[in-house]
Amino acid sequence: MVMEVSQVADQRYEIAHLKLVPKRHVGRMVAAAVVLALLAGLVRAFAMGQIEWNYVAEFLFAPAILQGLYNTLIMTFAAMALGIILGVLIAIMRISGNPVLSSIAVGYVWVFRGAPALLQLLLWFNLALIFPTIGIPGLFEFRTVDVMTPFVAAMLGLGISQGAYTSEVVRSGLLSVDSGQYEAARTIGMTQMKMLRRIVLPQAMRVMVPPIGNEVIGMVKLTSLASVIQYSEILHNAQIIYFANTRVLELLLVASFWYLVVVSVLSIGQHYIERYFGRGAKSIRATI
Amino acid sequence: MSNDILVKAVEVTKNFGSFRALDAASLEVKKGEVCCIIGPSGSGKSTFLRCINLLERMDGGAIWVNGELIGYRRDGDHLHEISDAEISRQRRRIGMVFQRFNLFPHMTALENIIEGPVQVLNEPMAEARDRAMALLDRVGLADKAGHYPSELSGGQQQRVAIARALGMRPDLILFDEPTSALDPELVQEVLDVMKDLASSGMTMIVVTHELGFARNVANTVAFMEAGKMEEVGPASQVLSMPKSTRTAEFIKAVHN
Repeated sequence: MVMEVSQVADQRYEIAHLKLVPKRHVGRMVAAAVVLALLAGLVRAFAMGQIEWNYVAEFLFAPAILQGLYNTLIMTFAAMALGIILGVLIAIMRISGNPVLSSIAVGYVWVFRGAPALLQLLLWFNLALIFPTIGIPGLFEFRTVDVMTPFVAAMLGLGISQGAYTSEVVRSGLLSVDSGQYEAARTIGMTQMKMLRRIVLPQAMRVMVPPIGNEVIGMVKLTSLASVIQYSEILHNAQIIYFANTRVLELLLVASFWYLVVVSVLSIGQHYIERYFGRGAKSIRATI
Repeated sequence: MSNDILVKAVEVTKNFGSFRALDAASLEVKKGEVCCIIGPSGSGKSTFLRCINLLERMDGGAIWVNGELIGYRRDGDHLHEISDAEISRQRRRIGMVFQRFNLFPHMTALENIIEGPVQVLNEPMAEARDRAMALLDRVGLADKAGHYPSELSGGQQQRVAIARALGMRPDLILFDEPTSALDPELVQEVLDVMKDLASSGMTMIVVTHELGFARNVANTVAFMEAGKMEEVGPASQVLSMPKSTRTAEFIKAVHN
């Protein structure tokens, strides 16, 4: 019976031998063609434009540029280190049971997230206007202008405002750790500090690394603000050179090139850090 | 207090806001004894267990473990709350096994067991490692030492969690519904390890819905309801001939 039915109907259902014609993505092809044409135009404009590429090549490895690059890296590292230390501290204060510490943490984030980084840099740099000397009376005292060098002012301005952002990243990391982990750590007799260091932070890091990586990359470029207060980072040095030789765009391209190199290297580093802190965790890719 | 009493809880009371989770709950557990706490959900079983190792702070009553008052220091007619460091010290001797295992996911099975002995008891790494391997062998997981919790089944994770508790050389282990989060076919392997532990003389307080385990392994059974210890007695008596009608109703409901 079953055989008979399928024999009657078989003509219509035998399509396995037919040739398959894939759908043609006309829209995609048009869009790609337009974008490629625009890109070609852009490349041509730069090639034909009055850019002296030999200047770009000449200054790419100029000592002043490399020194600026070095200073940019140092500042990124210093400001970010300060930002992360403050961020962890403020986040722990925020979630602590102490209402005074918790309120101070909220206030810190409010104030330092509320003013532009450039303004904060200028505030620190000009601190001598209101406090001619700083120190603890009777113990030590310095003239503010001696202490508040461009480096220190930039590090404080960038690091302290970064701390406000990073504390929120750290806090979200701490909140992402299951309460059962805190309980298990307490149950084996860990003190608060040991629990944070050994159990909670390593797990929070998995959540914190991508946004902190983002912030480090942001900081590389944010350090260019320090050029305003005469810190000789790469953009500042590039400007000094083009003030002298008027090759503005060439030197800006040199600086762009180095920023791109640094950011690329950092992105690769972030990948490995994520892999380290992701140990033991199932890949999220499998669930999407 | 008699010498062989390991845990003595006297009229422990705990409120969550206006809800009275524990209402003058008292219990005694002797050294080497297994005590199962049964009862409907929300009756305060887990809260009672968590008061013993100070994961919850009680509002009234007192608990002694090994003759030591938990969470307070008595000074004449004053009770002083002890410091965080003192609390950590008291917790070291009280193991706990959770419903949801709570293994440290960033550490392998072996590292989970070593963590407490090395970081808290300051045991040398080599010694802690040897002991941890022996404990893994005891729970039948010697071949999983290098695996992360995410690579283990629920039953295997819970057995590692038991080994982690044992790593601290506890006087007492608290089990908070240790098989409730497991797939049915994985329950027995965990109960077997617990049974083995009981026969080795470990003092255990087990919050459980496994009445079969309670019948076979427990010395005493406590039935809790509405934050009170409704009935406490020898396992065979409470489970087979309960005096309280509420206990009888509960046991009947579970069996159906």
